[in-house]
Amino acid sequence: MTDAPYQVGQHPDLPPPPSTTGVIGWMRNNLFSSWANALLTIASVLLIYGLATSLYKWGFANADFQGASRNDCTSGGACWALINVRFGQFIYGFYPESQRWRVNLTFIGFLVALWPLLFTGAPARKQLLWYAGVYPILAFVLLLGGFGIEKVETAKFGGFMLTLVIGVTGIAVSLPLGIMLALGRRSDMIFIRAICVGFIEFIRGVPLITLLFVASTLLSFFLPPGTSFDLLLRVLIMVTLFSSAYIAEVVRGGLQAIPVGQQEAANSLGLGYWKTMYLIILPQALKISIPGIVNSFIGLFKDTTLVAIIGLLDPLGIGRAALADTKWQGLAGEVYVFVAILFFIFSFSMSRYSLYLEKKLHVGHES
Amino acid sequence: MKKTIGILAAVTSATALSLGATAGTLDDVRAKGHIQCGVSTGVPGFGFTDDAGNWQGFDPSVCQAVAAAVFGDTSKVKYTPTTGKTRFEALKSGEIDMLARNTTWTFSRDVDLGLTFVGVNYYDGQGFIGRKSLGISSAKELDGASVCIQTGTTTELNLADFFRINGLSYEPVPIETNEEARTNYVADRCDVYTTDASGLAATRSTFDDPDAHVVYPEIISKEPLGPLVRQGDDQWADVVRWTLNVMINAEEYGVSSANVDDLKGGSDNPEINRMLGSEGNLNEMIGLDKDWAYNIIKQVGNYGEVFERFLGANTPIGLERGLNALYTDGGLLYAPPMR
Repeated sequence: MTDAPYQVGQHPDLPPPPSTTGVIGWMRNNLFSSWANALLTIASVLLIYGLATSLYKWGFANADFQGASRNDCTSGGACWALINVRFGQFIYGFYPESQRWRVNLTFIGFLVALWPLLFTGAPARKQLLWYAGVYPILAFVLLLGGFGIEKVETAKFGGFMLTLVIGVTGIAVSLPLGIMLALGRRSDMIFIRAICVGFIEFIRGVPLITLLFVASTLLSFFLPPGTSFDLLLRVLIMVTLFSSAYIAEVVRGGLQAIPVGQQEAANSLGLGYWKTMYLIILPQALKISIPGIVNSFIGLFKDTTLVAIIGLLDPLGIGRAALADTKWQGLAGEVYVFVAILFFIFSFSMSRYSLYLEKKLHVGHES
Repeated sequence: MKKTIGILAAVTSATALSLGATAGTLDDVRAKGHIQCGVSTGVPGFGFTDDAGNWQGFDPSVCQAVAAAVFGDTSKVKYTPTTGKTRFEALKSGEIDMLARNTTWTFSRDVDLGLTFVGVNYYDGQGFIGRKSLGISSAKELDGASVCIQTGTTTELNLADFFRINGLSYEPVPIETNEEARTNYVADRCDVYTTDASGLAATRSTFDDPDAHVVYPEIISKEPLGPLVRQGDDQWADVVRWTLNVMINAEEYGVSSANVDDLKGGSDNPEINRMLGSEGNLNEMIGLDKDWAYNIIKQVGNYGEVFERFLGANTPIGLERGLNALYTDGGLLYAPPMR
């Protein structure tokens, strides 16, 4: 069979040599291609193994999940009993226990509102988009009360719910605001441009923590005593302004990447400024800006932990107050690991979605 | 034109509001139905949240006592967690009515910041903790030791002074937070750790082997901690001050939450009778209900009870009364008489 004559170019393809395919081939190519690489591989595997096993022992095998105080944690590993007992506080803060369903409902409603916004394939998208439009009002009423449901003060907000309220509000409001600022900065109208440039440069020149201190301490001096302008609202405004300045710069980067010919082509078709922006420029500019925008959002989401410094009890603040309870002292590791996991879940999903969006919108120019 | 009128209206209503607010904190508090109390964001024993999410501790107890005096109900307190950086502004701006948050009474805070300290509810001072294995019994033997120290605090200055006065040398190990200090100390990166003595005791209670560590007897600074209010509202300051004094006096006179019901009707001691309202009219002078002191003692307890509940020997913190004992027991607590 092997001796059969073939015409030139007619020989059937032979399988590649076994040493270059499959798991073994891949390992040989990537992990053990040289002595140095082989050593590095073995060292890394040992290191990962050591870390993983000790983490497993600490976090699961030797950990305690039940208990009423630190003294009940006797196995020598992590003491998750603290998280277990105070899980509600970490998620809802001091929101009254009987009313927590409202927070859950708001969150579910949030996911439903997000669906048509994030995925074009959502069924009944048009109706859902309408719902997403009125959702902020719904969430406001649900969380704060009024219209027949029990009122809850924002001082009771805390834990991860507070993080989400600040993060989502900041993200949702700062995007349109940032786009307007970016357009304003490139505007021909000198007054508008001056305002936008001044605002962006001022906000970007000041650390967020300073703005938060202004929100928590200075603002109340400008207001008449006795009028309590809600602290959470002040923080929301500051966080949103801060984030919008950064979004503006990201979007401006996108706008500048669009060739001027696009604008001229739109003008020659007789499109006005807004139509040009809405139909031609922004769709392209925003697509380019996606990684930067999502990056800003993730940064904003994590920056919300700074509110602990002005006395709002986000998960870190809740953790600190819990660690001051003599029953639970010294469990800082557990608290921070738990909070880190919570944050990772949200930040990671955001970054995954951004990848998905980039791929989906990737219709034209490959650079 | 319309806009100008709108702004004018806003300004006038704002002025009216600010005038209304100066009527007196006590009236404001009564009108809104609760006391807004600034507390810490978490100091072991002094302020923390329990598993149900309520603020508890030595400092929140003062707020609860004031609520008991004003409303007869300890639950009428709303807490604003404040940090070391926001606490004074929160008080000065009127966001909170009183601050009970491990705040050291110093000259500049009292005089310059426009605040009024109404008393001292805990006499603290800076101390040292070290391993027993070091084999020394006094901080004066710490020559050449490495010291974990929180930077940017008065403790840092006190430390330098102490070592200079005693002609000792030391090696500072700068750290940022208490939790970090604990970790560093446990990992043996410093020989001793210095901070307020109450904090040392609280930190020690979290060690796996508390008995292997010793808090040295030297206290190298004065840290009188107490509640404070805005300057310029003497009536409200009186309410908070005498709430604290009632707690201290009650301990001195032997009135506790256990026996206050029996003593309320009258006793042999005219001081107690005046305090609890069966004689005299102290309550009218201060503008509170007749049962104000009774409510404080019944619902919160006297000073000693509160101390034992959150800081005392039966808690993991296990602080001795020390300076915070009554003057009759060799401490510093000495409240003016109720007459």
